[in-house]
Amino acid sequence: MDLASAKQIGAGLACVALVGAGIGIGNVFGSYLSGALRNPGAAASQTTNLLLGFALCEATGLFGLVIALIILFT
Amino acid sequence: MAMNPMEQFTVKPLVPLHIGGYDVSFTNQSLWMCVVVAATLGFLIYAGASRKLVPTRAQSMAELGYEFVAGMIQSAAGDAGMRFFPFVFTLFMFVLLSNFFGLLPGSFTITSQIAVTFALAAVVILTVILVGFMRHGIGFLMLFVPKAPWYLLLLLIPIEVVSFLTRPISLSVRLFANMLAGHTMLKVFASFVIALGATAVTSAPYWSALSIAPMFLIVAITALELLVAFLQAYVFAILTCIYISEALYLHDHH
Repeated sequence: MDLASAKQIGAGLACVALVGAGIGIGNVFGSYLSGALRNPGAAASQTTNLLLGFALCEATGLFGLVIALIILFT
Repeated sequence: MAMNPMEQFTVKPLVPLHIGGYDVSFTNQSLWMCVVVAATLGFLIYAGASRKLVPTRAQSMAELGYEFVAGMIQSAAGDAGMRFFPFVFTLFMFVLLSNFFGLLPGSFTITSQIAVTFALAAVVILTVILVGFMRHGIGFLMLFVPKAPWYLLLLLIPIEVVSFLTRPISLSVRLFANMLAGHTMLKVFASFVIALGATAVTSAPYWSALSIAPMFLIVAITALELLVAFLQAYVFAILTCIYISEALYLHDHH
């Protein structure tokens, strides 16, 4: 296998990080919704934590994307 | 028509300038930074020029931003954190306006450059370290020692140190990668429109009508990108607040 095709495959493999990000983001919003429906009074106070959890989670998937870009463009 | 979705991120020199072997050209990056700073300053000065009890539209927008950031710092870092209001407000406005201006067609997204976001993150972390050492002296290092039995500390201290050291990286890469991914996605979908529309002059003229479909998708994605632009500025600012609050109170404040 030459280097160019190995790079393409590697970049594709790096995108597997998105699986984790997808599960994580689903978990964040799902848990928030189930908590918010049980106790709607406390829901508004937790939006900060919700957005924070979402952003931290999404970032892990994007690290994978960055690695893919590094592989492709170096 | 071959198009490169990454082309929008190239830094092009507008006024070439070399001083002492260093390339300090005035680039499109610098131009849009000036635009963002000028827009922020212009808006806040205009909005604050005539302070009325019953605010005008511009004034209430500025007040909204002020109260939003003030509330964020108050909840994350308490009263002592309010001393850092100018710092956090500046960061928030700069990142927010950079993200929003980046969405204008034909503009340049400043925050899609890792150099810019890392510089911002480095300033944040250096501030945190300085504040921590000025407030607690050498006791600031207790930040790395959570309350736990000694045998767990052997494991926890290296984890805390590594997590502290990776903060500037995660803070900068989060913003940079979000902007990069979002804008690349927009351009990829935009190329679908052109590729489908181009079939009008080549093989299948009727198929070109389909190019309206990715067009609607772009509208939806642009709305999503507006949300992401705000959200990333918010997350950047709130994480700054949390880091500052850790430096101020170590582990005591919750």
